[in-house]
Amino acid sequence: MAQLTAVLASTHHPFYYKATTSPPEERPPFAAEWQRKVEAYRETLTAAAPDVLVMVGADHFHQFFLDNYPQFLIGRAERYDATFYNEQREFGLPTYVLDGEVELSRYLHEGLLERDFDFAFSHELKLDHSIICPIITVRPEADLPVVPVYTNIFAPPMPSPKRFWQVGRAIREIIDAWPSDLRVAAIGTGHLSLELGGPRQFGEHGPDPEFDRQAIEWLRDGNIDAILANVTHESMAGAGNATHGFMDLVLMMGIAGDGVRADYVDELDLFHTREMYMTWYPNGAPA
Amino acid sequence: MSTYYVDKFLYTIDRDPKWVQRYKDDPAGTVAAWEEEVGRWLNAVEETTVQSFTDSERAALAAHDYVWLFEHGAHFFLNLTLFIALYDEDYTREQGPLSFQREFGRKLSHWLGREYPSVGL
Repeated sequence: MAQLTAVLASTHHPFYYKATTSPPEERPPFAAEWQRKVEAYRETLTAAAPDVLVMVGADHFHQFFLDNYPQFLIGRAERYDATFYNEQREFGLPTYVLDGEVELSRYLHEGLLERDFDFAFSHELKLDHSIICPIITVRPEADLPVVPVYTNIFAPPMPSPKRFWQVGRAIREIIDAWPSDLRVAAIGTGHLSLELGGPRQFGEHGPDPEFDRQAIEWLRDGNIDAILANVTHESMAGAGNATHGFMDLVLMMGIAGDGVRADYVDELDLFHTREMYMTWYPNGAPA
Repeated sequence: MSTYYVDKFLYTIDRDPKWVQRYKDDPAGTVAAWEEEVGRWLNAVEETTVQSFTDSERAALAAHDYVWLFEHGAHFFLNLTLFIALYDEDYTREQGPLSFQREFGRKLSHWLGREYPSVGL
């Protein structure tokens, strides 16, 4: 059977690339600390020596729009282009072509359908920064095949936090059952409290530091009961209008397990939003 | 209200550098041109006949009025991203990085502590 060697859940910040690759005199004052933390986080994936990456993110109105918006979608393609024109324009992100791990895409998709998770699917999927940001931060070589999974954290009405958790649990079950010798890592990004296009955006800190503190604690402890008792679409909107990306972190916690404490937790208070970096080793920490 | 159509405008302008430039240079003319060349098309062949702007929506888009758009349910991400494309470079040059984003937030400060207009359709 395949081995799930690591589960990574983090925020994604599209400004990271430019902040750490600009000429030194143009970098923001926090760039060096940010880079140190990201490179330390990268080690948690490198140590797990994965062969294939299941990557969870959310299309930010790049390929998908309100004429046809999937709640959950899996890529089944052999290759994926990445980074849209408007992400290059706004964030200076580079383009990529990533290989797809088609066998796992099919196995995961069919396993989800068998478990009554009726995922949409795509054979021509261009990946956006929700998946490219973690490639840049934790696997900049961009050398591993991927299985992209997209969720709706953007366009109401959205699935419930509970459904994100259930999807994560199902993905875990299917990866564990995949008849393959490959080592799989699951990497997902989302948000803590975040405001975009509203009055609390681009402040000195994230819009709701108390939510962030609590959210990191819940995720670290694998405390799904507390999350489901406290987190609703309305409460997330109260923490910042784009906070629903937290549900992707709940999905990743679902892959890690119920009540399973994270093996690695780090964070960084930045302007606009708090960064969080979390890793679980479901089959034991790498030697 | 036809918030869907407003979002379609923001989405299709933002993803195409030619339309971004046109909308920056000639907002009102671009709204009219977009309705003819993009808005009423589902794809290159199929026409969509059931969408249109209200006069208020057309006027807000022609005025780059992102405050009005926020207040009438335009999607926050589309509304932010497109106006960053139009204004960020000029503001950064004149007032420093993120100055446009912070002004955008300040202009919406009367919404602090209140439930925002829904972006659900």
